[in-house]
Parts: sequence; C-alpha cells; structure tokens
Amino acid sequence: MEAAVFILSLIDCCALIFLSVYFIITLSDLECDYINARACCSKLNKWVIPELVGQALATVLMLVSMHWFIFLLNVPVASWNVYRYVKVPMGNMGVFDPTEIHNRGQLKSHMKEAMIKLGFHLLCFFIYLYSMILALIND
Amino acid sequence: MLGVPKPSPVLLPPQPYSLPSQQYQQPPIGPAQLSSSLAALSLQAQAPEALRVVNLLQERNLLPPGPIPAPTPCLPQDLQKLNCNPEVFRCTLTSIPQTQSLLNKARLPLGLLLHPFKDLSQLPVVTSSSIVRCRSCRTYINPFVSFLDQRRWKCNLCYRVNDVPEEFMYNPVSRSYGEPHKRPEVQNATIEFIAPSEYMLRPPQPAVYLFVLDVSHNAVETGYIDVVCQSLLENLNSLPGDSRTKIGFITFDSMIHFYNLQEGLSQPQMLIVSDTEDIFLPTPDSLLVNLSECKELVQDLLKSLPQMFAKTMETQSALGPALQAAFKLMSPTGGRVSIFQTQLPTLGIGALGSREDPNQRSSAKDVQHLSPATDFYKKLALDCSGQQVAVDLFLLSAQYCDLATLGCISRYSAGSVFFYPSYHNQHTPAQTERFQKDLKRYLTRKIGFEAVMRIRCTKGLSIHTFHGNFFVRSTDLLSLPNINPDAGFAVQMSIEENLLDMQVVSFQAALLYTSSKGERRIRVHTLCLPVVNSISDIFAGADVQAITGLLASMAVDRSVTASLTDARDAMTNAVIDSLTSYRTSVLAIQQPGLLAPACLRLLPLYILGLLKQKAFRTGTSTRLDDRVFAMCQLKCQPLAYLMYLVHPSLYRLDTLINEGPQNIDDHIISQPRVLQLSVEKLIREGVFLMDTGSVSFYFWVGRNCNPVFLRQVLGVQSYADVPLNMNHLPELDTAESGRTRAFIGWLREQRPFYSVLHVIGEESPLKSIFMQNMIEDRTESALSYYEFLLHVQQQVSK
Repeated sequence: MEAAVFILSLIDCCALIFLSVYFIITLSDLECDYINARACCSKLNKWVIPELVGQALATVLMLVSMHWFIFLLNVPVASWNVYRYVKVPMGNMGVFDPTEIHNRGQLKSHMKEAMIKLGFHLLCFFIYLYSMILALIND
Repeated sequence: MLGVPKPSPVLLPPQPYSLPSQQYQQPPIGPAQLSSSLAALSLQAQAPEALRVVNLLQERNLLPPGPIPAPTPCLPQDLQKLNCNPEVFRCTLTSIPQTQSLLNKARLPLGLLLHPFKDLSQLPVVTSSSIVRCRSCRTYINPFVSFLDQRRWKCNLCYRVNDVPEEFMYNPVSRSYGEPHKRPEVQNATIEFIAPSEYMLRPPQPAVYLFVLDVSHNAVETGYIDVVCQSLLENLNSLPGDSRTKIGFITFDSMIHFYNLQEGLSQPQMLIVSDTEDIFLPTPDSLLVNLSECKELVQDLLKSLPQMFAKTMETQSALGPALQAAFKLMSPTGGRVSIFQTQLPTLGIGALGSREDPNQRSSAKDVQHLSPATDFYKKLALDCSGQQVAVDLFLLSAQYCDLATLGCISRYSAGSVFFYPSYHNQHTPAQTERFQKDLKRYLTRKIGFEAVMRIRCTKGLSIHTFHGNFFVRSTDLLSLPNINPDAGFAVQMSIEENLLDMQVVSFQAALLYTSSKGERRIRVHTLCLPVVNSISDIFAGADVQAITGLLASMAVDRSVTASLTDARDAMTNAVIDSLTSYRTSVLAIQQPGLLAPACLRLLPLYILGLLKQKAFRTGTSTRLDDRVFAMCQLKCQPLAYLMYLVHPSLYRLDTLINEGPQNIDDHIISQPRVLQLSVEKLIREGVFLMDTGSVSFYFWVGRNCNPVFLRQVLGVQSYADVPLNMNHLPELDTAESGRTRAFIGWLREQRPFYSVLHVIGEESPLKSIFMQNMIEDRTESALSYYEFLLHVQQQVSK
C-alpha cells in the first residue's frame, strides 16, 4: 500500500517536472522572440489547471497516507497554485495574460516562479523515490 | 500651430561658428570625444538655479508667470542643439544615474514620455536606397554616433563598429563627398525615412474607415446621428487617403444593419442580420466601398441615415455582435473602426450589467470596478490588433456604460476613447458644439496605419513597463494598428548594468507606419542625455512635469491592479521619499521647514493636483465612468495636455492691458500671468479665465467686477445681466473684446481638440465644478496645499 502511494506520487511528480520544464521553455521562447505573446499565453493557460490538479493530487495522496511531513511540504505550493488561479481579475484572459505579460516585469516573475517550482519538484521527486524504495524494501 | 515656447538655450557660451574644413583630418566631435569637454563642465556650477534651495512652507509664489519650459540636459552645446525636441521625447531625469543603486537612492522614477507622431512644422524626410543601421542592434544612424574615421561609425547604443556604406559618403544636400557626418540623418534628431520594400510584410494598405453607429431609441433621442452624418458629409473630401480609400457603415440596435453601397445602385441598400449569436457578412464585398467611386451613394446614405431610424422603438444594444461584424469586415485589409455608443450593451456576446452603485460615488473608501468585467473586449481588441484594425470608441451616454470594460477595445488596439457624458443635441448645446469640432479634428487629422514602434536604449538600460494605448507584442515592440498625432506614450526604465565608462546614453524611438497615401515610412527620434554619478546632479536634472506625468500613469496602473487607496498613498510617498532623499543626500546644511530644490518645487503642488483629480479623488461624488475616463486620459495624453488636467492655468482677464504683450505670428497677444489656484486670488472685482486643457475654459465673473469691462467684452450692462449659459464671447468692436478673444483664441490653437467656454458667476450651476479645480484650497474631503506641505514635512522629518 505504502509503495503504491509512493509510486503514484512519483509518477505525478515526474509529470509536474515535465510541466515546469515546458513552462520554462515556453517563457524563454517568448523572451527571445521565437513566439508571440498570444501564442505563448494560450499554450501556458491550457496547462494551468492540469498543474493545479496534479499538485493537489500529490498533496491529497500524502494526506490520505498520513505522511505529515511531506504533506506539509506540498501544501504551500498547492495553495499558492489555487490562490494564483482564483486571484485572476475578471478582465484578464487567464493566469498568463498576453496584454500584461510584458508589463511590470511579469515575464521575469513568471520565469522565477517556474524555476522555483522545478527545483521543488526535483526535491520532491527524490523524496518520493527514497520513500518508495524504503517502502518496497520493507514490504 | 500647436506649440509651447521652446526651452531656453543651454548655459554654455556660444561656440564660434567653424567653417567646413577643406581638409578632413580630424574626426568630428562625437560622444567618444566628449570626455575632455564634459570633465571641464562642472555640472553643479552650470545649474545653480535648478538646485537653489526653496523652503516650500515659506515661499508662496512658486508658479512661474508663463508656461514652464522643459529642463535642458547638461550637454555640450553642439550636442544639445542637435538633441530631440522635448515636446516629442522627454525623460524624467535629464541626467541619468550611473547605477541602479544611485537611482534608488534618489527615489525619483526613471522613464521616458513620448509623443512620436506629433504634428511637426518641420520634418526632414529622406529618401535613400539604403537606410544605415547598426548591424547588431539595428539602431538607425543618428546625430549621436561617433565616426571613427571616414569609413566607420560606432553605434551609440551597443558600441559596435559598423562600416559606412558607399552611398552614404555622398551628401545630396551639399553635393559633397566624404563627409558622412553632414548628411541629414546625422544632423537631425527627428527624421523620417521613406522605407523600401524590406520594411513591408504586405503591400501598404489603403485607408479604410468603418463607422459603426448605435441606432437604438436612446441613441436617436440624443440626436448625435445628425451631428455625425453632417460632419461626415462636410469632411468626406478631407479624410486622409488617396484614390484607394475605402469607407463603410454599420448600424446596430438589437440587429445589425449593413449597407450595400455598390457602384451602380440607385440608392444604398440596407441588409439586416438578425441572428446576433452567429454573425455573418450578408454580401462578400461592396460593404466597404471605394470612396471616390461611390461618393454619391455614400452621401445619399449619410443624408438619409438620421431619418431612417427616427421612429425606432428598439431599446436593446448588441454592441458585441456589431464589433464582431466590424472585425470580420475589416480583417482582410485593416484600418480604423469608429464606434458610437450611447448605452450599456445589453444583447448578445459582450453584454454588460450595471456595476456602479450610485450611493458609493462619494465614499471615502476604496472604489471598486475599475477593471474590466469580462475579457471579451480585450480578446477582440487583440484579434483586431493582429489584423491591423484599430477601434476608436465614442461614448455619448448619460447612464453608466462600464467604460472600464468597453475601453479595453480601444486600449489594446491603439484606438482612442472619447467621452461626452449626458450628450443631448438640445439639452447640452455646448457638448454638441464640442462634439462637432472634435469630430472634425478626428476625421481630418493625420493618421498612420499598420504601425509598429520600437524603443531602444543604450546597453545597460532596459524598459520594463509601458503606458499607453497599444499591444506589447514582444519585449520592446509595440503594435499600433493606428497611430494618430494626439497619442502619447510613456515607458519606465531600470538600469540593469552600471553605466560606467559612459559619458552619455541615448534613446531611440522608431515608428514604422504606412501613411494614408500608401507610403511606408519610418519616423525616428533620438534623445541623448548625460550620465552622472552624484545625487545632486540627478536632482539638478529632474524634470518635474515629466515626473508628474509618469507618476500619474503609474498610479492609474496601481489603482487597477491593487486599489485606489494604494495608488493615492504611493503618490504621496513619492513626494515624501524624494524630498527625504534630497534632505539627507544633497543638502549640506539642515534648515527647518520643508526644503526642496528649485527644479522640484512644484512637485507637491502637482501631486496634490493629481490627488484631487477626478481619477483619484475620494470623498467627492464622482461617477465611475467619469473616473475611468479621467484615468484613460492620464495614461494616453501627451505631457503638454496632461499638465492641464493636473494643474489648470488661471489667468486674470480684466487687467490684460497691463500684462506683457507678445508678438506671435504678427498678432499682439497679451500674456497674463499664471495665478495660483486658490480662492484668495479670485477677488470680487476681477474676471478670470481657467484653462483646464482639452475640455473646458471657465470664464469667471466676479460679483463686483467693472461694469465697463462687462459691457465691452460680454455685451451686458451689469453683473446681474450675465446669462447663465453663455458659451461664446460676442464679437464686439472694443479693444478689450479683441484682446480677450485673441488670448482665448491663442490658447485654443495650442491644443488639437475643442474646449468649450463656460461663462460662470456666483450663482452658476457650474460653480462647484469650477471650485473643485482650486486645488490649493481645503475641502471637506481633502487637504489644502499648505496642510499637505505640513503633512509631507512631518513625514520627511521623521
């Protein structure tokens, strides 16, 4: 049971890592002018909800299997995702808005956020891997 | 001509005129050779006036008598005389700090304010087979590059050395060879190139104009359709364009009406599309027709349009579907769409609800609903921008129209918003006249199509925020489907790398556009400013009007993203922080009182004016649409007109004969002194004029004013006879009348749009609006100027 939980979290975490990398690549394409703002934002907005769901899934899994430390580790990121999604003003076209993305250094802050998430997911990946191996050995 | 007096020349003694050298041995002065001359300049000694310490609490008369000139950058005279006109390109700090930490220490915002398409009386135009640009950063050659020898030039933005092409060595103006630095591109900071075909993504588009008119019952009631049709009939021949110009019309209420104007028809044919869920174009062509070929049909349509809907009972307004139809019609070519709307859109996609609570208009707390309610208009504006369609919005409504949402259609498609609140042909004749004259300017002013603008800065500086009506397509590329001469822009910059080893930095704004005659042109403006590394030099070069303009745009952004109270606090803190920084870093001797450098002495007054402006004021009843429109104006007006919104000018008119007359264009025009905006200046015996910029002049008649003056200028016998709704000064044959009308006419000439004159007295209904402009006085909800200074002083001394 333990192992199953961790295997699932591991796969989820892998998906989240790939998603972060995708975000970083798309944002840097925008920075270097390979795509325009509208294309970039529509691509990224499509994956905001899946990222939210993936992160929430990992958090809930940890809660359900009563691994409190990892659960507490995941909660800030999950709640930040939800907050970011809910706080989008009504007139904006999603979390990534093409009219605002070049203004007020938003591109840089989105890039920083994506990098931090990538680092966090990598950390989680190794935690899950280690826990999974432990669980498999103990079974 | 639109103009403010030119800035006074720089303080260096004039250089002796040097004859063109026959032997071209020495390379000419360029920024690379500046080190010796700049080192000799002691910037502080050269600008003693700017740093003179002023105690704001003691000196009452801070306003200069006339218009305030822009500060002159501290450059050697041969560079400064080539520099860009400050009416076109202006920086908040005319001496750029060397490092970001120095800029942070000064607590002043760093940004540029541009008016790139301003109507200019002299514009050098160059037709050249090759446009010389830097190979790496693509900067256009400008007066501030340095020539290393005859064959190589060094870019002043990225410092790359480029070759001078062979054609460039020949100067067509002086027919001489071997003097590339004498060519017009290197002698003028503002220049226009005729662009070759590499600068075109598609053949230059013709001028295409589409007019979309609201014909619901409400709209017909106001009578605006008569004015629009009449204006169009009069100005049909002066619409900018050539033989390819196209025109089209759409009207809408709960259904969309298209007009088939095909050549050969005996009269215009109306085609009605009632399915607003799925808009389609009824015929593939002849909805947008060639103006010269179908002129009679267009004129027939304009003559019959007002009567067509006179009996209509439709009250719904399907603005969203009408916009979609307009977009479908215009997307093959691009062009300009002018929308006239008189109520909230109620039908179809983009329908809006009333968000304003009339009871909250004068609340001292935060104002809600300053941001759009739906993203439909923003998305449509982005679609339009992609197809080079700009949408201008004319809002003529008495009720709440959610301008915060509707305005998005213009904001991101580089259109303009015009607002005529409570417009009605009979009830508001002053508005009608203003609408008529504004329409004339709107229809006949110069226009540029499918434009893009790029702002480049010297390596080390970068732009991080943009203000104005456009869509930022990539890091510094602004997409402007239309560019017009009344649009202003602002950008904020930061210093990414320290500007060591640089004496000057340059900024270049390049606007690539298609003229209305189908020519692809590039208008280039280049500005050069010195770099300094001491805080007192930064303060010496501060431009108080540009700082106010930039702070206004920043505050509008903050009110929408955060809250209005945040924005108000931020503005007050801007004053407090900059004066604190001045006190701690620049002042040698600490004196009591609120001390400011002379160049920033007007900053607290202007910020107080902003806090009391319609856009930001709290506690006074302000309709939400008025507030949002004021915010739009603050963001997109050029600086010269913006300053009237912040600090109107007050003049005394009954003593015109004593004021210094000036000879302008062979007319003698008296120039009265600008007065402080306080009721203590409004003496009972005087007659005053308040100039609030692009909307109104207020002609205030004091109760005890000289009846002779009233007779001579207004044509009435006494104060009691002054009519309540007078909007024009009668053309009487007296000297006083002539002088007064000449002065008001001269003020009117300096702005593109029409300002209505209101004659008001003590009992006039407009008195309260007039008094709201007295920003130095205390009101129930706001501080007086002196109290504001005390508050600032208290914070500065902490």
